[in-house]
Amino acid sequence: MMNALHRKLLRDLVRLWPQALAIAFVLAAGAATLILGIGAYESLSETRAAYYERNRFADVFDDLTRAPKIVEDEIARIPGVASVETRIAKIALLDLPNVAEPASAMFVSIPDLHEQKLNLLYMRSGRLPLPGDEHEVVVSEPFAKANHFIIGSTFKAILNGRERTLRVVGTALSPEFIYSLGPYGLIPDDRRYGIVWMREKALAAAYDLTGAFSSVHVKLTRSASEAEVIERLDAILSRYGGLGAHGRRDQTSHAFLDAELSQLKAMSRILPPVFLLVAAFLVNMTLSRLILLEREHIGLLKALGYSGVAVGWHYLEFALAIAVVGILIGMAAGTWLGFGMTRLYAEFYHFPFLVFQTDPAIYVIAAGVTLAAAAVGAMRAVRDVVVLPPAVAMSPPAPAIYRRLLPEAFYAVLSIPQSLTMMVRHLMRWPLRTVSSVLGIALAVSVLVGSLWAFGSTEFMIDVTYNRSERQQATISFVRERPLSAYFDALSLPGVMAAEPYRSVPVRIYFGPFERRVSITGKPADANLSRVLGPGLKPVRLPESGIALSDALAKILHAKVGDLVEVELLERNRRRVQLPVTGIIEGYLGLNAYMALSALNGMMREGQIISGVHLLFDTDRQDALYRRLKTTPMANFIALQRATLQNFRQTLQENLLVMVSVYVTLGMIIAFGVVYNFARISLSEQGRELASLRVLGFHKSEVSAILLGELAILTIVAQPLGWAIGHFFAWAMVQGFDSELYRVPLVVERSVYAWASLIVFGSALISGLIVRRRIDRLDLIEVLKTRE
Amino acid sequence: MSQAMPAPTGQVFRTKDLTKVYVTGDIQVQALRGVNFEAAAGEFVVLLGPSGSGKSTFLNIIGGLDRATSGEVWFTDHELSSFDDRALTLYRRDHVGFVFQFYNLVPSLTARENVALVTEIAQNPMRPEEALAIVGLQERMDHFPAQLSGGEQQRVAIARAIAKRPQVLLCDEPTGALDSKTGVLVLEALTQVNEQFGATTLIITHNVAIQDIAHRVVHFGDGRIVSSNIIADRKPASAISW
Repeated sequence: MMNALHRKLLRDLVRLWPQALAIAFVLAAGAATLILGIGAYESLSETRAAYYERNRFADVFDDLTRAPKIVEDEIARIPGVASVETRIAKIALLDLPNVAEPASAMFVSIPDLHEQKLNLLYMRSGRLPLPGDEHEVVVSEPFAKANHFIIGSTFKAILNGRERTLRVVGTALSPEFIYSLGPYGLIPDDRRYGIVWMREKALAAAYDLTGAFSSVHVKLTRSASEAEVIERLDAILSRYGGLGAHGRRDQTSHAFLDAELSQLKAMSRILPPVFLLVAAFLVNMTLSRLILLEREHIGLLKALGYSGVAVGWHYLEFALAIAVVGILIGMAAGTWLGFGMTRLYAEFYHFPFLVFQTDPAIYVIAAGVTLAAAAVGAMRAVRDVVVLPPAVAMSPPAPAIYRRLLPEAFYAVLSIPQSLTMMVRHLMRWPLRTVSSVLGIALAVSVLVGSLWAFGSTEFMIDVTYNRSERQQATISFVRERPLSAYFDALSLPGVMAAEPYRSVPVRIYFGPFERRVSITGKPADANLSRVLGPGLKPVRLPESGIALSDALAKILHAKVGDLVEVELLERNRRRVQLPVTGIIEGYLGLNAYMALSALNGMMREGQIISGVHLLFDTDRQDALYRRLKTTPMANFIALQRATLQNFRQTLQENLLVMVSVYVTLGMIIAFGVVYNFARISLSEQGRELASLRVLGFHKSEVSAILLGELAILTIVAQPLGWAIGHFFAWAMVQGFDSELYRVPLVVERSVYAWASLIVFGSALISGLIVRRRIDRLDLIEVLKTRE
Repeated sequence: MSQAMPAPTGQVFRTKDLTKVYVTGDIQVQALRGVNFEAAAGEFVVLLGPSGSGKSTFLNIIGGLDRATSGEVWFTDHELSSFDDRALTLYRRDHVGFVFQFYNLVPSLTARENVALVTEIAQNPMRPEEALAIVGLQERMDHFPAQLSGGEQQRVAIARAIAKRPQVLLCDEPTGALDSKTGVLVLEALTQVNEQFGATTLIITHNVAIQDIAHRVVHFGDGRIVSSNIIADRKPASAISW
């Protein structure tokens, strides 16, 4: 049954609904971001785990030149190996009917006679190729969609230098290629890069690998040690040109998903506390004022025999009721946004199914922390209620004591308008409230700075990578190493204006207890297309000897210039070479090591050998160039950096836009909530004075200016603080985003601060104008009749 | 007696058939039922009447705080009843000084600053210090309202009202919250200002004793003026008590 105090509580909530709702929204934002962040994170990782489990994603991977099938048995006998699948995996050029540019695909074999044991295909349409059929293929679904392939569509491919027409008989997804990124790619380009599965016999025949394999995947038993299996596998495959086994950490698709998941986690840790903190301030502010206004009621209730605790609980319930509203809104919004976000991710990554993680624990935690934030905010005010003696409560509160901040002379000399004096003294009268409001607005600014910076940073990363470092328009990657003469062949391709050779050598670098599997890129010392950048992102000349490490790699290895690192040549019988570190190279993508091309070839004890060529070409003649490249037998992949940049930028900006819109909304909720509550409380305190000023002949605009001026002071003071906190958020996110695949530069442009401030001023203005309407409606006569 | 009357320099206020009806939901309250009133420049008028007789409504209308339902209100040669909100605000700002029962001072401003609040927006104001000296508060100029007694606060309010050199001074129960002794001090300040600056002064009260300091006393009853009498034997404020 509802008692009198509960009825009062309900009426208070109804009477103060705009303020209560504004607080509820801030609390809701906290609960929602918590549910959204953790929910999306758990849904995605559960989905990935389920996908891996059902489709038996392998644990250890290795690529090699060629090994006889019999070696598979030897691998299967390694302790800890649960199952082994050997196969052929090759990248080859495609000539697609509707794509002008050259495209490529990863060709992967599927067994002829038995079922796949690992990385099972998730068939989306059609069927598997008939065993032994040389033309039938299954293609990855995103690739098929991007190229409008249907069952029966055909396209051409150059397998081992020979052109062949292939027919699509099915589409599929695979846990191995959730994120299917081609070489040199930054983001999947499903039109120009796909996965093509063929029967093993047919693919082996094309690559002269009959009875042999070039790739091995291993599933471990639960108790196996990955490191030990990798070591044993390496030992077996070193004879066959094994490139070094690695776990899931270095598997491209898995690593990208990991990076994404850890970003999600990082964000879900920053936002919710911000909202809950602001909400606690707001509860404190609003409840304190309510209690001051209801002082006499409190005294009366106590005089009637209600205990201090009962009356205190009544006011705590007020805060908790707001929190419950916030929790309900937050749960609904968080669940809705969480589903939306998970679906967005799922679409982007082409998961065949989704496991929505609706762990009740998340909701319990979200509700718990939200209630706690409200209770903490209410604590001080409620304590005041509990201890207030009824006799004191029944008499009016002591008048507010104001103080002059400066000696009288200053006021005379500076001729400060009295309205400004009123604003400043009123703000200084309740310093805690003023400071917490400033902090609240600053947090709104910081949420915006902490999200808007990403656009500029991405552009900066693109600028550094493509305008200062990788300035080529295209990169031809050869099927296998070729003599330098291939470089001159490339120069004579139609439209080519400049070319630059490079060599890429897979190695393991060791320094002390640290090691990483990377490729050393050899470039001409005076490279001009694909350059390396030194300190300050200035292009530098590669040292003629020694090895230059990217700063990220140097950090992982704990190596610095002058250290001697050991390099294991994975392609050449695992010979080990010691090299001095002669430079540190700046960059944001991947882990890289560089050597002068001549020094690299020298280390390999080989002549003038290259792996590919970077090109600069005349775009007027690109059609002719593309036609030639599509069918060139020497290449297996052609990267078009300039052309794909647009795709990269668009995808990234679209993803960012979704995130930033959410953040901007949240930032506006905070700014609105703080400013609105402050304004309402300030008006409640000063309504009488403002009405008196109207009587004295102040215009509505002049009177509003006093209250809006206070809000303006708060908002202006909050800006620098908000910028600083926002910069810190951006920094924290950069740390959270940091992965071995890429790093995000911390670049916060001035426009970011300006936009953040503009948006916050906008929402402050809106709440100010809403309150202004109340000032305009002040009852001038009523205020004269009553004592304060 | 005729010497006690102010020089007839013209009418400051004139109202004709003034009515005011308050409508709240279905209930209509007739606050004024046709008030015809005139006040001359420099005149000191006390408005007497029981609660609900319409005197406050009348004061609010001629003070530009409220609008009549029908009838005319003239201030010198301006028809207030035709003014919009902005014009009424300017009228209050430039011509009217208000004094209220509950002082209505700004608590965050000192006495001097409360007066300066008005002098900053007025056209031909005196210095705040000057206004405070007139009401005898030059020693307490830098005190905040909370540090002043009720009588002192009301004198600050009077200083604030006169600092703009208003043509009219409208006071609604200026001594209502004060004891007799303090009230007399406030009334002394009001009569002094009236004599010194010639501001037409209207005081609402239901304290009959106060009528003796006026040139004229007007009785309100049931929304009308019941009587209007010249005070033959006007007394100084110091001579009355209640």
